[in-house]
Amino acid sequence: MPEVVIEVKDFRKTYGTYVAVDGISFEVREGEIFGLLGPNGAGKTSTLECLEGLREPNGGWLRVAGLNPAGEAHKLRDLIGVQLQSAGLPESITPDEAMKFFCAYHQVKPRLDLLERLGLAEKRNSQFFELSTGQQRRLALALAIPHNPKVLFLDEPTAGLDVATRVELHGMMRELQASGTTIILATHDMAEAEHMSDRVAILLRSKIAQIGTPMQITATGANMTKISVRTQSDSLAGVGFPAVSQQTIKEEYSIYFSSDIGATTSAIIAHIQSQGDTLIDLRVERPSLEDRFLEITGKVGVQ
Amino acid sequence: MNAFLNHFNFDFRAGVRNKQLLLMNYLFPLGFYLMMGFVMAEINPPFRETIIPAMVVFSILAATLLGIPDPLVNARENGIFRSYKINGVPSISILIIPALTTILHLVIVTILITGSAHWMFNAPLPVNWLNYVLIFFVMAFACSGLSVLIGVVSPSSRMTVLWSQLIFVPSMLLGGIMLPYSMLPGIAGKFAQLFPSTHAMNALNELSMGKVADFSAWGSVLILFCTGLLAFLLAVYLFSWDSRNTTRRGHPLLALLVLLPALLGIFLMK
Repeated sequence: MPEVVIEVKDFRKTYGTYVAVDGISFEVREGEIFGLLGPNGAGKTSTLECLEGLREPNGGWLRVAGLNPAGEAHKLRDLIGVQLQSAGLPESITPDEAMKFFCAYHQVKPRLDLLERLGLAEKRNSQFFELSTGQQRRLALALAIPHNPKVLFLDEPTAGLDVATRVELHGMMRELQASGTTIILATHDMAEAEHMSDRVAILLRSKIAQIGTPMQITATGANMTKISVRTQSDSLAGVGFPAVSQQTIKEEYSIYFSSDIGATTSAIIAHIQSQGDTLIDLRVERPSLEDRFLEITGKVGVQ
Repeated sequence: MNAFLNHFNFDFRAGVRNKQLLLMNYLFPLGFYLMMGFVMAEINPPFRETIIPAMVVFSILAATLLGIPDPLVNARENGIFRSYKINGVPSISILIIPALTTILHLVIVTILITGSAHWMFNAPLPVNWLNYVLIFFVMAFACSGLSVLIGVVSPSSRMTVLWSQLIFVPSMLLGGIMLPYSMLPGIAGKFAQLFPSTHAMNALNELSMGKVADFSAWGSVLILFCTGLLAFLLAVYLFSWDSRNTTRRGHPLLALLVLLPALLGIFLMK
């Protein structure tokens, strides 16, 4: 079994009387991509920043690569890579200079190839303020990995990126994972978290509401499967089917939320046939991580 | 060492590339020097006698007090220090490198002023070049220390301007640049001794330009050096990576201790 790289036990972070993180515990193993999810203010950033050594915890036990981030931050620098939400670079620095600058402090050779790979080759000599938001984020990522960190912290890594760069970034994350890098991924993009993470923790009101693989988390919900049906005639209107708890109509589709896919789909098809109607489309979708997230955070139906 | 040189190299180039720094390092000091040379030297001919030390001291004040603090405050408030911290950039580099690069820009400006003032405005050259260079560096050290300290303790750009102007404006008016120290009334003269320009002009006049100082010239050099040293030490002590998330080691008002050498000088120097 891979070794534990990140240990968080009863971690607590407060700001005055406000409790940002209230006694959470989890472990992350080497080579794992661990998603940290939660609505704004749930404690994700506080957790990340304490693990990165940027803030000091008010209680509990934190270890990153065997080091205490608060007391041994200087030793941690070469073992972690961090892509901050705001890139945090002087406005007149160029991508080339930034790469050389940070690599010099990490005592590694500048990895200018990373700039090329992340689509910044043409902008290598542009000043930071001249880069678009997406380019700034790509640069922040390029600067987080040239020293081959043992643990990589990514905070909203694909926000503002186009589809092609997003795919490239996901490919890089997989490569880093394959080489043994542990990745902590904080994101609001549920599809990304579900697709990329081996395990996720959902933070809610300063505590961990749920932790596990995306599959485990989606399986623990109300477990309603979404069945969307479109027929030639309107034979399904107002008809109830077994195991359906909720139904609605959207863009010519009748949509059912069922706790028993077999019973519901069989009944729907039988009904269509009995009415002499023709089935045009039938889709069955298992609950996604986003559905489960919305269920946990109590925002079902809001979005 | 490689990292330090790399950082220095980037910061020096930023001093030319960044429009605000270009203005403070070069355009403002040189523009003011030309204006004073062409206009003031005609209106007030004795000004020619001090145009070189006065304009060099002015350049140091402008480049350091108006150029250094604001980028430091902006860098802290925009999370640049946080990213530096994560990547292992030491706080001492963050504080010292802007000072060193500004001093290097000032060396260039000083060479331009010293080299051109003699043939353009018939200004007398220093008679003791070694002391001229020494006092230049000590004054630049003191002012960059004060500027770094202002950048460290200022909570915002607005406060930075206020603190910088609190030193810059009286230094210009009372510091021997626009009018000689000897013309100031007693209490104003004592007040003027709080400012580094007064000591720089006093030291330059006697030790470099061959005139008579108004009070101890070497005492002024010592006060400038102690002010610079104390300012850098206080800046290192009070430095904060991130004003919103980390606790300072001391109250920002501790920065006022930097006035101690000049205050002692007022009472002890003749």
